[in-house]
Amino acid sequence: MSGDIVITVNGKLHTVQSTPDTPLLYVLRNEIGLNGPHFGCGGEKCGACMVLVGAEPRLSCHLPVSEIGRARITTLEGLIEEGELHPVQRAFIEEQATQCGYCVNGMIITTAALLWKNPHPTDEQVRTALDGNLCRCGSHLRILRAVRRAELLMSGKGSE
Amino acid sequence: MMTDQGSRKRGRRGSGRQESFWGQLTTWLDDWIEINPDGTVTAFSGKVELGTGVRTALAQIVAEELDVPFDRVHMVMGDTQRTPDEGYTAGSMTISSSGTALRNAAAQARLILFELASRKLAVHLDELNVQAGVISANRQPQRKVTYAELMGGKHFNIEVPANVTVKDSQTYTVVGKSTPREDIPRKVAGESVFIQDLRLPGMLHARLVRPPSVGAELISMDERSLAEIPGIVKVVRRNNFIGIVTEREEQAILAAQALKVEWRESATLPTMQNLYATLRSRPTEDNLLIDQGDFDSAWKNAHRQLHATYYQPYHAHASIGPSCAVADVKEDQITVWASTPGPYPLSGTLAKLLDVSPEKVHLIHVEGAGSYGQNGSDDAAADAVILSQAVGRPVRLQWSRQDEFVWEPKAPAMVMEARGGLDSQGNVVAWDYQVWSPSHVARAHSPEQLVAGQLLSDQPSAQFGFSFGAERNAPTNYSFETQRVTVHYIADSPLRASSFRSLGGAENTFANESFMDELAAAAGVDALEFRLRYLSDERARQVLKSAASKAGWESRPSPLKTRGNLSQGRGIGFAWYENDQALVASIAHVQVDISTGAVRVNRIVVAHDCGLIINPDGLRNQIEGNTIQSLSRALKEEVMFDEWRIKSVDWESYPILTFSEVPDVDIVLINRPDLPAVGAGEPSTTTTAAAVANAIFDATGARLRQIPFTPARVKAALS
Repeated sequence: MSGDIVITVNGKLHTVQSTPDTPLLYVLRNEIGLNGPHFGCGGEKCGACMVLVGAEPRLSCHLPVSEIGRARITTLEGLIEEGELHPVQRAFIEEQATQCGYCVNGMIITTAALLWKNPHPTDEQVRTALDGNLCRCGSHLRILRAVRRAELLMSGKGSE
Repeated sequence: MMTDQGSRKRGRRGSGRQESFWGQLTTWLDDWIEINPDGTVTAFSGKVELGTGVRTALAQIVAEELDVPFDRVHMVMGDTQRTPDEGYTAGSMTISSSGTALRNAAAQARLILFELASRKLAVHLDELNVQAGVISANRQPQRKVTYAELMGGKHFNIEVPANVTVKDSQTYTVVGKSTPREDIPRKVAGESVFIQDLRLPGMLHARLVRPPSVGAELISMDERSLAEIPGIVKVVRRNNFIGIVTEREEQAILAAQALKVEWRESATLPTMQNLYATLRSRPTEDNLLIDQGDFDSAWKNAHRQLHATYYQPYHAHASIGPSCAVADVKEDQITVWASTPGPYPLSGTLAKLLDVSPEKVHLIHVEGAGSYGQNGSDDAAADAVILSQAVGRPVRLQWSRQDEFVWEPKAPAMVMEARGGLDSQGNVVAWDYQVWSPSHVARAHSPEQLVAGQLLSDQPSAQFGFSFGAERNAPTNYSFETQRVTVHYIADSPLRASSFRSLGGAENTFANESFMDELAAAAGVDALEFRLRYLSDERARQVLKSAASKAGWESRPSPLKTRGNLSQGRGIGFAWYENDQALVASIAHVQVDISTGAVRVNRIVVAHDCGLIINPDGLRNQIEGNTIQSLSRALKEEVMFDEWRIKSVDWESYPILTFSEVPDVDIVLINRPDLPAVGAGEPSTTTTAAAVANAIFDATGARLRQIPFTPARVKAALS
């Protein structure tokens, strides 16, 4: 049973040791050693565990690893290319868009997915996209500003 | 003077164990500052980073005073073998206590380095200058020496005198600048930052099987129910404590769900309907804080008498990451990694729990998700210790979301009652304020104050030794001639209570500032104008006027008479935190849907004066966070329970503010470089609820006196 599942995470193949019903989150964190996706609620209600499955933001705390198939998983770490932070990550630094930063994984993943699909979203579209991501520190306004900065950076209009 | 590292006198760092609330501040220079051979500086603080950016602010202070680049300062915080004992990180005290100690230590270090350089370069002290940790002669810049060369890997071996001369704040180049937080790049890149990310070799995983309600007793447990689940190392059962240790995390989750257990529960809680009557009826310890003039006769003779009662439910800290801890309990050494706000005090309590000497417990703080007070982090550390002791290997314990909601200690429920008398001209001639509250401080000095200690011992939960926190901002700063302020401490809180940002400051300010608004409306006077009548202090007046100016405050009495289905209004709330710390004024602009009772907050303006500003952007970040979080508490949050169980167990039963509901927040910072920096962690959490309640009143004429302001309560107040 174990060892049959192979998943692609951040461009690399991994043979999964866990049972097929194991939620993807624990495979990513404990087998592959990633820190981006966090356990927040275990009930798909807060967004802390978000990853990209293909280009779709998905909650990983319930998603069985056996359902991933050939889809490419990208985590927060995987957004970094050749040592260069993704524009969304840069935007979050430039806007200082966290307090504790525990939820920031889901915020960045959601934003990246949104801006790929819709490079110039309205304010309402941004807020709606982020409504499934909870932040307890109240960093919402900074996160919204970071989305706008990321929009500029991704369309090549932003500065460092 | 200087000694080698090997023969170094340790000072008092690492030998605290005093378990006093603020620890034992050492004056030994080496306890605070080390100059490393590579030119970097290590600074030690017994405070911890709770997600508010104090690590960056403290490093700024050290960099400034020592004249080294900010990025060469490395902070070590909250480690019982490495840092000073500074007790708890609480009460917005980090900048004023740890920051002051570090500033003085850095100033003394700089002075000594200058003396050393003067001798080495044979140049008079007055002829030297320093840039980026390099001291050189003013007239012969080639004559220079670095801090690292001067120290040569040695230590200062000297006390920091109380009268050390520090820099004039007017000359600051690092402090006062919006230095980007050093932790954010690591957090956005997914580096290992949090306690949840810590992994030790040979580490096992664990989940708890908590009782379904506080006080429930275990009748039976059937381990055969776990027969199908692989990887079980041990089911640890001690009295009512159950934890399952497994090889893999997902196994622990499955096992905790599958374990067949029977509990005997009892009805120990009041109903939600009876909560406030219960609080009022319990035995109290009464503290008369202010008794000025003859309230009773002033009240009796008042032209108008107003009387109102306000209610605050229990609130959850509701950290976005449930509590987690890692423990490695060995025969001779116990190491615990936890996101505790008090590493030294917790190490002492864990030593008592394990019945070992405190020196054996090495407590290392690792950041957790934001906690905003005392949440479940200390409890999780105790759980991890018990589990690691039982299996003899390092154990990572992760609480579930439900563990966190049910078992974290809560911000206490409170009742606030105000009476005010007006004369015929609308002046306040009598003011009486009473608050009923459990203690807001429940720090764990004995094992029974931790959940694990209670479950192990089968003792009723220990009471907390001293009552604290409900007096915070119970007195106002208004110059009422006749006033009385009383705090009634309830010894027995229905739910376990602890500190939440500002302790009682937010609830008292909600009540006081709502009542001020009621008096202003009764007097037919503009709410801002009414407050200014009773404030002569220029800083207080300025903070109110700055907020009003930014908000475009239009002077008029409340409420607005116009009424549509969507009524709009604005309200103000003011606080002088702890009556002598930071000053805050908030103005909320709201829209109320009369048909549904839904409140939409469109904009909140906050004016803030906390003396000298260390990091303006960090301060704005904190104020924005406080404002949004306190708005969430005011509009949505209430811990629900019945007589048996807590019913708020997840994000559906305890909703918080979402992106679609977040208003604009406009901040006015008032910098006072000539005044000391006071804490900014909490003050701006106090004024939001009153500003919103007052804005709802302005919009509709309906007065909301019970938090949260749900649509149902707004509708009830409207009818």
